[in-house]
Amino acid sequence: LTLVLRLGDVRDEDRARVGDKGFALARLVQSGVRVPPGVCVTNEAYLRYVNVTGLRPRILRELSRKRVQDMRWEEIWDASLRIRNLFLRTPLPAAAAREIGEALEREFSQRAVAVRSSAPGEDSARTSFAGLHASYLNVMGRDEILHHLRLVWSSLWSDAALLYRKELGLEVESSTMAVLVQELVQGEKSGVAFGVSPNDPARAVIEAIYGLNQGLVDGTVEPDRWTLERPGGNVVSHHAARRSQWLRPAARGVSLQSLPEGLAARPPLDDGDVTEVFSALMELERFFGTPQDVEWTFSRGELFVLQSRPITAGSSATGDDERAWYLTLRRSFDNLKSLRERIEGTLIPAMREDAKRFAGLEVASLGDAELVREVKARLEKFMQWSDAYRRELIPFAHGMRLFAQVYNDVLRPEDPYEFMDLLAVAGGLESVQRNDMLRRMASLVRSDPSLVGRLRAGELPQGEFGDLFREFMRDFGRLQCGLDQCAYGPELIAGLLAEMASHGAANVPTRDPGTREEEFLSCFEGDRRAFAVELLDLARASYRLRDNDNIYLGRVRAELERALTELRARGEDPVGGLGDLIPPEVRELMAPKGGSPLEGATEGGFHLRARQIVGQPAGPGIAHGRARVIDRHEDLFSFKAQEVLVCDSVDPSMTFVVPLAAGIVERRGGMLIHGAIIAREYGIPCVTGIPQATSFIKTGDVVTVDGFLGIVTIG
Amino acid sequence: MKRQDEEIPYVVERIRGLLDGQRLGVLASHSGGRPHGSLVAFAATADLKTILFSTTRATRKYANIASDSRVALVVDDRSNDERDFSRAAAVTASGEAREVGGDERALLLEVFLAKHPYLKEFVSSPSAAFLKINVRSYSIVTRFQDVRELEVED
Repeated sequence: LTLVLRLGDVRDEDRARVGDKGFALARLVQSGVRVPPGVCVTNEAYLRYVNVTGLRPRILRELSRKRVQDMRWEEIWDASLRIRNLFLRTPLPAAAAREIGEALEREFSQRAVAVRSSAPGEDSARTSFAGLHASYLNVMGRDEILHHLRLVWSSLWSDAALLYRKELGLEVESSTMAVLVQELVQGEKSGVAFGVSPNDPARAVIEAIYGLNQGLVDGTVEPDRWTLERPGGNVVSHHAARRSQWLRPAARGVSLQSLPEGLAARPPLDDGDVTEVFSALMELERFFGTPQDVEWTFSRGELFVLQSRPITAGSSATGDDERAWYLTLRRSFDNLKSLRERIEGTLIPAMREDAKRFAGLEVASLGDAELVREVKARLEKFMQWSDAYRRELIPFAHGMRLFAQVYNDVLRPEDPYEFMDLLAVAGGLESVQRNDMLRRMASLVRSDPSLVGRLRAGELPQGEFGDLFREFMRDFGRLQCGLDQCAYGPELIAGLLAEMASHGAANVPTRDPGTREEEFLSCFEGDRRAFAVELLDLARASYRLRDNDNIYLGRVRAELERALTELRARGEDPVGGLGDLIPPEVRELMAPKGGSPLEGATEGGFHLRARQIVGQPAGPGIAHGRARVIDRHEDLFSFKAQEVLVCDSVDPSMTFVVPLAAGIVERRGGMLIHGAIIAREYGIPCVTGIPQATSFIKTGDVVTVDGFLGIVTIG
Repeated sequence: MKRQDEEIPYVVERIRGLLDGQRLGVLASHSGGRPHGSLVAFAATADLKTILFSTTRATRKYANIASDSRVALVVDDRSNDERDFSRAAAVTASGEAREVGGDERALLLEVFLAKHPYLKEFVSSPSAAFLKINVRSYSIVTRFQDVRELEVED
């Protein structure tokens, strides 16, 4: 079996072995179209790799913890990260590395290449899934190409690909990937061209940018756009972009640079160029028999076709709302940097300001009409911030993901989540600050147990304890309530403090990320080091915000609830009275969460219970203890030290019991969700992604939480 | 996501599928704390409360059961390849075994022979015993690690 085929040697019967993209390019090469010269590493190489190294059953295990359709996005991302790490840590079998390596060396020597996926089904006429798999530009030398070959292979199981697994027919048993390796054409201007406009079948569209085409395909660089008449080619309109950047080859890989002023002032294509691209587009349409979606580049004035695939009539990777939204979470480094500026500079201060303003207003002193207006205003603000949360704050969590990828690429750690130790720099998390205040109060209670009794009796002791308590209630007290009730007073907190005082609670372990940080940064030289420093800083901000944004939004929500509570107290029915103003998603937020636990379940003469449930490992360690299932917020105040916290998800209003917990089990899945971050911060074993947790586990059940393997054993 | 009570029919069907789909299972018995495993041909009744098998009276399992009736039977659908870790399921039935006699023998024998017609001579031999396990509980493992326990009510 041939592991490497030159594009010129690909025959009809090789189609399945080289993938659609490779096959289309081979046909073009063979009919004299100017295509960057290259080879195809056939899917047999992938098969040999996963079979000889035993990777295949390991991929299967990662994807069968639970059914992929039952996974949340975060869990899909986690599975994908773990699979990618398997590929990173598993070298090619020696014989295959030699065979492929020698072929690559013969073909390219030390010339720069592009390494791109060519998966079967990726570009078929029915579906188009461009961008779900990885490509790498400007890779040099045999070992580097072989390394990137594995990265492209691993992207067969990228989170985005898993999301579209049905359409792609993705199956661990049968899916394979061919990889294209082509000489890198260092284009001065590049773009895409659509034989038929998605908006008007009588038109064709050309988009162009300066620099490498990846800038356009990634969505980093905004293109100029021409609309042309079919088949004549007259330009109907030209939309000019705000040209400011271009993607250029760097020493290794590519870098985004600002565009020289001379270029920024004029469109990337002149009239002659537009005509040339359009003619090529029509020629390709005649050649393949259907309208094409073409990627092209001009290098030293010559037009090269980088890729040509049929325009799809059916589904595409942006077709459906939710998945399309998920795809937008994959942000580039530069995009994340500007997002951070906006979040830290504008959004968070404004959100805090709103919460502060609301908190300063005594709702009890408002007249009825004013109160209704106030509730409406708060509802609007809350919805505005909830929306910002989804559109801007959640995407910023991708900062951690981007860092994870870079960290794992250079260090190839055994634990794919080792990167999180570098992000957990003490002091930044609001929940940790809050817990620290509780810990200090608990330690005062330990030396003077009478404090609890006095607090319960409604007395606020003077001195350090009283000051701390007031400060705590001011900053965090209102967060103690969920949306349904807001009646938690000093008594509940007194109980919690008594529990903490008698058992002690975990401190945030003081970590020294210094050594690991240096180990990470030393993998980068020159300019790349500055990038690594910046990326680490960005990831830390992303990690902090992932926790804090919840708290800030929670404050706005608590203020809305405070006003609603006042309204209820006056005998109005807030939901009835404001019925039309409350959209379903807010109503949903207002409904109590979680199902009620069943006393086991009996049907048809059988009684069912779960003995062991598999979820996702989210905090290493093993814990054994009695479960405390949190159905209502009040349940938190019965929490005893060394119990296992079982809940829907640890939201910010709950984290204060985390230091008391022996282990955590969450229905929601994912490594980068709030609860998992907090668990990792305190070093508490944690398993997430067990939707049945609150129905199969009852308070008082003895459970074992295996945070290494993601398994919960009951009884 | 399924609630616990909604999961029962699903779990019951999965167990039924395994018991109907497999001919052989591993029977665990013991004598004086010494464990013993042996492969037996079995059949389950439609209500899953009884599992039937046959053995000659000279076997160790027969002697074991005569001294302590507590047994377990493991049935699985593995195909001995890598997919087993995600796709194969195994069920363990636990209960007490005893020899079948009297009125119920004809009825239960019919169930057993419907699944294993080729064992007619074997079961009919005077040296063979026909036994039933009164199943107290099932434990089913799927996806390598997911474990559910189903208690059979009297």
